[in-house]
Formats: sequence, C-alpha cells, structure tokens
Amino acid sequence: MAGIAVSTTINGDITEYLCQPDETLLDVLRDRLGLTGAKEGCGTGDCGACSIILDNRLVCSCLVLGAEAEGRRIETVEGMAHGDQLHTLQQKFLEHAALQCGICTPGFLIAAKDLLAKNPDPSEEEIRFGLAGNLCRCTGYDKIVRAVQDAAIVMKGA
Amino acid sequence: MRDFSYLRATSTDAARQAAALPGAMLLAGGTTLIDLAKCGVAEPDTLVDITHLKGLDRIAVDERGATIGALARMGHVADHADIKSRFPAISEALWQAASAQIRNMATIGGNLMQRTRCPYFRDPANFAACNKRVSGSGCSAIGGVTRGHAVLGTSEACIAMYPGDLATALVAFDATVHLGERKLLVDDFFLLPGTTPDREHAIEPGEMITAIAIPGSAAARRSTYLKIRDRQSYEFAAASAAVGIEFEADGRTIRDLRVALGGVATKPWRVRAVEDALKGKVLEPETVRAASLLAVEGAVDHGANHYKIELAPRVVARAILKLGETA
Ligand SMILES: Cc1cc2nc3c(=O)[nH]c(=O)nc-3n(C[C@H](O)[C@H](O)[C@H](O)COP(=O)(O)OP(=O)(O)OC[C@H]3O[C@@H](n4cnc5c(N)ncnc54)[C@H](O)[C@@H]3O)c2cc1C
Ligand code: SF4
Ligand code: FES
Ligand code: FES
Repeated sequence: MAGIAVSTTINGDITEYLCQPDETLLDVLRDRLGLTGAKEGCGTGDCGACSIILDNRLVCSCLVLGAEAEGRRIETVEGMAHGDQLHTLQQKFLEHAALQCGICTPGFLIAAKDLLAKNPDPSEEEIRFGLAGNLCRCTGYDKIVRAVQDAAIVMKGA
Repeated sequence: MRDFSYLRATSTDAARQAAALPGAMLLAGGTTLIDLAKCGVAEPDTLVDITHLKGLDRIAVDERGATIGALARMGHVADHADIKSRFPAISEALWQAASAQIRNMATIGGNLMQRTRCPYFRDPANFAACNKRVSGSGCSAIGGVTRGHAVLGTSEACIAMYPGDLATALVAFDATVHLGERKLLVDDFFLLPGTTPDREHAIEPGEMITAIAIPGSAAARRSTYLKIRDRQSYEFAAASAAVGIEFEADGRTIRDLRVALGGVATKPWRVRAVEDALKGKVLEPETVRAASLLAVEGAVDHGANHYKIELAPRVVARAILKLGETA
C-alpha cells in the first residue's frame, strides 16, 4: 500500500514520510524515522512515555495518528541536546540521579521542557501537577522534581 | 487497530457529510477514539479528521454568557481568563480532569462524547457481554467488580458511570450543545441507559457538535467544582460536585443554587431536589448537610460502589459550604 504522504517539521528539520492510516505518530517516529526517544509505555494516554510537543502543545504521540501531523511542528527529546552539549534539564536529571531504568525519562524531559517554557518559575506543586501525566515506576518522583527545580533556577539565570 | 481509511475534512459541511456514511467517525483530539480503536471497542471504517478546520476553536465570553467552539482544547478553555472569572466551576472541572497532555489534545466536542470507563465495556476480547457495546448481549458488570459504577440513573441493562467532569459543570449552569442550527440542553443531550444503553447522546448521524453555550449568571460566577478521587490528580472522580450559589443582599440567604453530581450517575446529574430545598434558606452547615442527602434520593448500589451513596452528599455539602465561606 502506498500510504499517506505527510510533510512536517521535526526538531527544526523539514521531514516527509509515508504512513498507513492506522499508524500512530509514535510508531512513525520510532519505526519509520528512527527517533526512538519517545517510548510506548501504555498506548492509552495514561503514562506519558510517548510525550512529544506538537505545534507547541505537549501531547501523547500514542493517541495521535501519523497522518494527523501534516503541516505540524514536532519536537522530540532528540532535539534537546546540541551535539555533545546536553540540555540543562538533561544535565540536571543526571546530576540528581532522576532516572533509574530510563523508560520514562524522555517523556519527563520533554514534558518538563514544555512546563518551563510556559512557567519558568514553577512551585513544587506546579511541577508535580504539570508532570502528573508522566508516570515513573522507579524513582518515586522526588528526584525528578528536584532536577526540574534546579534546572529552572539555572535556566532563569541563563 | 482494525484497518480504516483517513480523511482530512476541509469544511464543516464536508465533515458532516463524510461522517454520516456508515462506519465513519469524526476524529478530534483522538484521546477517546484512538484509545477505543486500540482496544477494539471502536471499529471505524473511516476517520474524518476535523482538527484542521479553522474557526471552530473560538472562545467568546461576555455578560450574557460564553460560547466555546467544539474544537477548543480542554487546557485552553481551563486557562481562559474570562472563563476562570465568570465560570470558575467550568475552569476547575477542566483543570482537575486528566493530564496536561490529554488536556492539550482533547477538544470540548470530543469531551462531551467521551465514553464510560467501565472496564468490561473497554475489554471486548475478554467480556463479550456488554449492552452498551452490543445491544442485548447482557451486562458483565452486574455481579462483577462494581467499585466505579453508577448508583444513580442505572437500569437493568447497564450501570456504567458517566466519567466526564466538564459536562457535570455544564449541566449545573443550563448549558446548551450546538449541533449546527439545532440546540439542545446538555441535560437532554445525555440519555439515560434504560433499555438502550448503546445510545448515549441525542445526536443523529450527520450531525456534529459545533459549540457549547453557557448562559452567564450570578451563580455561575460564584461557583466551584469539587472532585474527590483515589489519588490527588490524574484520576476520574469517585464523586464530584459542581455547585454555584447566589445570595440575597444579606449575604446569607440563598437566592439561587445550582448543584450537579459527577462520578456517581449514568449521565451528568443535576440535583434540583437539593437546590429547591435550600433556595430561600439561610446558609447553615446543618441545613446544608441535611438537604445534601437529597442528592442521592433513589440511589441503588451494586455492592462495591455503595460508598458513593455516602460520599456524594458529603461532597455536595462541602462544596456549598466552601462557596459560603468566600462571602
Ligand atoms: C488517560 C486519560 C485520562 C482522562 N481523564 C479524564 C478525567 O479525569 N476527566 C474527564 O472528564 N475526562 C478524562 N479523560 C477523557 C478525555 O477528557 C476525553 O477523552 C476527551 O475529552 C475526548 O476528546 P477528544 O477531542 O480527544 O475526542 P475524540 O477521541 O477525538 O472523539 C471522541 C468521540 O467524539 C466524537 N466527536 C469528536 N468531536 C466531535 C464533534 N465536534 N461532534 C460530534 N462528535 C464528535 C468522535 O467521533 C468520537 O466518537 C481522560 C482520557 C484519558 C485518555
Ligand atoms: S455496565 Fe454498561 S458498559 Fe459496563 S458491562 Fe454493563 S452494559 Fe457494558
Ligand atoms: S504510551 Fe502514550 S501515554 Fe503511555
Ligand atoms: S526511571 Fe524507570 S520508569 Fe522512571
């Protein structure tokens, strides 16, 4: 089958792909484009491991069809670091040991990036509320919250 | 997911026509539809993507009320300054729903059409009996695990709970659903299960939700949405209440009161009995608590969901008393 031709911008690069109607954007990113940062935890919108930013909105890519992305701007975790230079959030996740198995981490990073873009100075409660759509089965969340708080301080000063 | 074809609608009329064909469904935020397609509950032949339509996401608020386009996202509406100030219960209901991701995706039109979270309904591979999915097939929940099921508005055919937060607030403030020219009160838009639980909304093939409208009122301005759930965020309601109040000039006597329940009924549940019992009365904790018991008149439990019958009146009373404090 020929598939649907879709033209998008992914992490700043114009990207075109063919996909089937019933393929999710998560599957397209991972299986067709080799962007395996976003993970499939649940496939039902519950865990946030598949989080990406679509036209400035943080979304679960497991509930978006690849075909829907026509003309949209996509940001994934792969776009956060510049070469060897990690994004402040990535650096702070490392320093605070805010990950164990790492499955949830790309989702948390992109969700935290979106959160700080909209609210550069969040309270702990706002961080916890903002990241409630991202589940982690390892860390107990505390280190993640500390990492985001710390990153916010650095990023505000930058 | 079963194979389907994908169509991007270029106009509202084209979307309506395409979705009127058998097997076709409108696709908005996809947070209900793609989810249900994955578990085999929704089996569309064609998805008609309406998210690229322009102008259907507008939010307009003035003295007379608010009109919210069907494609406005939950998060956008929750965060709208005039919705927050004139309809706090609407904003709070949306803020307390789902997660940032889901609120960024889900639309107001799709929200009204969301389906029950009944686990038997969502699991056709393991539970063939579900009257909501297949009329006449039976109900796997009755006699099963019922902790999340409804205690109000149930029938012998179905006891599924309506899980939405927004519509609970909408029904309290006499909102209407716009299906193009046709307008329906939210209360009439949602149907009781009766003998036809497969039919949940008074929407006909070829119709599409274009907007919702909420009349402005003093009670809407002084309103709140209280949601009690198993964890503090990102969970459906165990019981919730949308409440709005207007006092007489003395600041104590209740002139107008609106009360609706979520998480306990088969549809968004307006409780006029509580409203009528308290209108004209002075707001006192005992009076409010006694009247709130009327919220669950006629409730029937199925074992594990009995707690909802005790919880719901307390949620109503707490919400009303909270609004009294902010005098
Ligand atoms: C993990 C998770 C947690 C959630 N938690 C909550 C919660 O706490 N509280 C809550 O209230 N909700 C919750 N929800 C439900 C969520 O609010 C709904 O899934 C969402 O509002 C549906 O909107 P949508 O735009 O994604 O609809 P879609 O999935 O695109 O569509 C849903 C249905 O509506 C139809 N439809 C869409 N637009 C229109 C239209 N304009 N006219 C007519 N028909 C239309 C579609 O054909 C489909 O049948 C949760 C969902 C998920 C996945
Ligand atoms: S309660 Fe309703 S939705 Fe759930 S199994 Fe029974 S018929 Fe189906
Ligand atoms: S994989 Fe998308 S939310 Fe879990
Ligand atoms: S680090 Fe393992 S799930 Fe979060």
